[in-house]
Order: sequence, then C-alpha cells, then structure tokens
Amino acid sequence: MTTALEPVPERFPEHWFPFLDALKRTWPLGLTPISAGFPSPAEDYADRRLDINEYLVRNPVSTFFFSVQGDSMQGAEIFNGDILVVDRSIAPAHGHIVVAFLNGERLVKRLHRRGGRVALVAENPAYPPIELHEGAELVIWGVVVGKFKRIGA
Amino acid sequence: MPVFALVDCNNFYASCEKLFDPTLRDTPIVVLSNNDGCVVARSAESKTLGVPMGAPWFQLHDLARQHGIRAFSSNYALYADMSSRVVEILSSFTPSMEVYSIDESFLVLDGLPGTREEIGREIRERVARWVGLPVCVGIASTKTLAKLANHAAKKALAGRDGVCDFGAMTPDEVSTLFASIPVAEVWGVGRRIDERLAEMGIGTVRQLRDAPPGWIREHFSVVLERTVRELNGVSCLNLEDVTPDKQQIMASRSFGNPVFDLEGLSESVASHTTRAAEKLRAQRHVAGAITVTIRSNPFKPWEPQYNRSEVVPLPEPSADTRELIRAALWGLRRIYRTGFAYKKAGVMLSGLEPERRRQSSLLVDPERERKSAALMQAMDSINARWGRGSLRPLVTGFDASWRMRREKLSPAWTTCWDALPRVTG
Repeated sequence: MTTALEPVPERFPEHWFPFLDALKRTWPLGLTPISAGFPSPAEDYADRRLDINEYLVRNPVSTFFFSVQGDSMQGAEIFNGDILVVDRSIAPAHGHIVVAFLNGERLVKRLHRRGGRVALVAENPAYPPIELHEGAELVIWGVVVGKFKRIGA
Repeated sequence: MPVFALVDCNNFYASCEKLFDPTLRDTPIVVLSNNDGCVVARSAESKTLGVPMGAPWFQLHDLARQHGIRAFSSNYALYADMSSRVVEILSSFTPSMEVYSIDESFLVLDGLPGTREEIGREIRERVARWVGLPVCVGIASTKTLAKLANHAAKKALAGRDGVCDFGAMTPDEVSTLFASIPVAEVWGVGRRIDERLAEMGIGTVRQLRDAPPGWIREHFSVVLERTVRELNGVSCLNLEDVTPDKQQIMASRSFGNPVFDLEGLSESVASHTTRAAEKLRAQRHVAGAITVTIRSNPFKPWEPQYNRSEVVPLPEPSADTRELIRAALWGLRRIYRTGFAYKKAGVMLSGLEPERRRQSSLLVDPERERKSAALMQAMDSINARWGRGSLRPLVTGFDASWRMRREKLSPAWTTCWDALPRVTG
C-alpha cells in the first residue's frame, strides 16, 4: 500500500528550482550576531527548522491541492475532508493513487494498469472498480503524493 | 550567433479555465474582459466556431446557446499563479530569459545541451506535464524571428508538434514560408504600418525582409529598419528586463526603515500607484488589473517573514490614478497583517490595452470618463511643469462598495484554501 505514497518517478526532474521557497527558507539557529563572550555551545548543532512544505511538496511548481469528498478511498487512509497533495511531474504508473478526470468528474482512485486492463480502483469494498474500456475519456491529472488536514480550531 | 526561443501559452486564459474543470474537455469556452464585457480569450473549439476576438458577449448569446459556448469572467488570481508556474519552469532551463507578458517569454538557448529542436520539445513537454498548459515554441537567431517562428508553430505552418526552428529549415524553405505569411504578423508591425506597407506593395513577410533597410528607415522609422534587420537574422534586440510599451508596468521600492503599520504601507502603495499610472498614461494605455505586493526583509531570516500579493481587477479598465489607488488599497487591506517589519511594497499594472481600443460599457458614464481624463491630463501637465509629485491625490479611506461584475468567475483553484477543486473519493 505504501508504494503509491513513495512513487519512483520514471523521469523525475534533475533540475534546480530557482525560486523554491527562497523567501521562506529558515536559517540555522545559533549564528549569534554578538561576538562578545563565549560562543554558544549549540553552535555546532545548528540545523534548519522543519518546514512542512518540504516534507509534503517535492516540486512546488507542479504541485496542486485538491479536497476530498467521499469515503471510497478510506482503505488508503484518504478520508472525507482531507486535502490531497497532487504532483503532476510524476509519471502515473500502476499502483499510484491518482486524481483522474472521467466523464466530467474529478475522482481520486488507485490506478490499475496491468495486462491490458485499465481501471480506477476504490479502497472500500462498498465501491466496485471502474473499468475503463477503449475510447473512455480518461485523463490522469496527477499523482497523489501526500495528504493533510487541520484538526480542531 | 545567439539563439532565441519564444515560448507562448496557447489560448492561455481559456487553457487555465479548462485545466481544473473536467466538464469543459471538448466544450467551446471564452473568457470575458472585466465586467464580463468582451471576449479576450477563446478555446480552440470557440475559434473553430468563428467566435471573434474582442466581440461583446451580449452579441454572442445566440451563437453561445446554439453551440453550448460557456463564458468565464477573467480569473486573474488563477492566471497569475499559472503564469508564474510556467515562468518558473522556463527559468529551470536557463536564467537568461525575459518575461514578455503573462503568457509569453523569451529564452536564450545558447550553450544549453541538446539540439535546439530537442530543447524546444522538452520545454513544451515539461510545461504540459507539470502544469497542464499547452505551449508553442518558436526558435530562431533573433527575437523578431523567434516570434514569427512561434506563429508558424502555432498555426502549424512549419515545424512539428508545436515547435518550429527556423534554423532547421533551408533558406528556400524559409523564403517560401515568409512569402505565405502576411506582414501584419511581424512583431512591431501594427495596423497603421501595415496599411502604409500595403500601399507600397509590401504585403508579405518575405517582401518586408527583402526591402532595403535604408529605404525603410527613410519612409518609416529606425524601429522598423531594425525589424527588417532582425528578419534577416541580424540580432538587434537583446533580452530586456523591461520592455518599452510593455504589457505590465511595475513600481516598487524598498523602505529605508521598516514599516509596520497599514498607514505607512498605504502611503507607499499610493505613491507607487501614482507613478505607475503616470507611465500608463504616458504610453496611452489603460490597465485591467493592479497587483499589490508587500514583503518583509528576506535578508533578515531571523525575523518573521511575510510575502504576499493580491491581484485586484478593476471594474473598468482605467488609467485614472484615483481608481487605481482605490483598487490598490483595497488589495493592500486584504493582505496586510500586523506583526511584520515590512521592507518593500510595490504595485504592478497588468491587462494593459491601448486607450482608444477600449470597449464601451453600459456602466461607464461618458461624462465622468471625460472629466477623469481631463483631470488626469491636468495633473500630468502640472507635474511635468513643477516636478513629479507636485500634485497628487490625497490618500483617504477606501470605499467598501467598490466592486465589479464578475458573474461567471471560476474559483481561485490554486490560491485559496476555500476554493480547492473537489475530488470524489
């Protein structure tokens, strides 16, 4: 099940992202501007503060958010009200959870693409898989690489 | 010899609208100007149906009903975000680039690995894959030629799959192509020049290219002479940070001392807007939207950081300093947060169009328009005589009733948490 959340992109870009969070970058703590006295004992351990963007978003320029409505993907821990992190720079493959446009609808399902069968599979026994036949108007919009939700106030 | 590429998004506004709405896949759509007046963008399907650019929407009701054409108000927040994503992708190819407009950028391809056509294809593919927008790429040895190559790619006159490299064609092929393209398609040839060229028997790109540059300078201008040289492969125009008669006007400045309060920022935003509006009037344009940006000092990372912009569409395209300030301050109030040391504020005017080409609207009071133009003219001449800023509007509060008609507005899919596209799980 974790395969979809750790996609191995076929052509993951090796480019640099010039504006990537340039302004949000946090700097090492402990670089004390005051020179008097002893240096901070923590100086050697200076590190960057954690940034949730960095954790969830690999390629900001190709990343979009969608909100989830429905319970058909709860087996993949995607619940009603979750916000999905969708990365278009990853080539969709068998087993990925994807956002797909089908017959005028936006769907989130697991992509099955094996042995000539293409289907969008739910992760809830109450929902049968959607089999796709020749000529179906399917657009795989992007690959789901994460999700998040706020809790409480 | 330099290598220029012009990357242009196809039907940019319409493509942005289609990207997030699965019901629009094969639907003809149009995007309307401010106040839902006229068609400013058409999807491929709408072009096929013969919807003219600039047509007033109310005149299209029958056609729209007949063919199921759907119309959208200009969603500036969406277009601005998608545009900046495209620019970011392009800048990952090369830092030598010039953002020419919201949907066009020039790139210098010199020194990049791969053949020019391969790079063009890769640009097209990466933009399509990463942000879902179709682009065409024109490649040539001058900016004017690159723009023409882009036209050829878009109309599938030459090249392949939306990429056209004049360098990959033989001189004969190029000449034949140029003989088939009307001279009006050349960058910088406007309607008046086109008419005068026609009188002199120059109707195609090839004829203009083969005209003697000296003769062109004599009868037209140095600018058109430069165009002719560029058509002959002599690069005269370099990448620019700012383009004359450009499609955006920016004014911003860093503060000597940080500013904390809304009043201070308002003053600064108002003065930037005043300057930008002067430039706007000097080039006889009106703006469709104004973007306000404020940010803290990124070079003081130990301080809390804040950086936000707001795009504010105008009820009617305008060059009136007062209207623009009102819009800018409205935007500023939306993004201002307390508790930050602001280092910089700025405004950008976009959606520029020539004053004379303006579409009339029922909401515009012609008398008020005339007075506004007269007042602005008076203000500009007083400032020209006595120095900039001699006469300027007093920044007073803003009018909460300030709104425009955008009845067919799609959600701000990518810039607002409450507007995220829903997926059915």
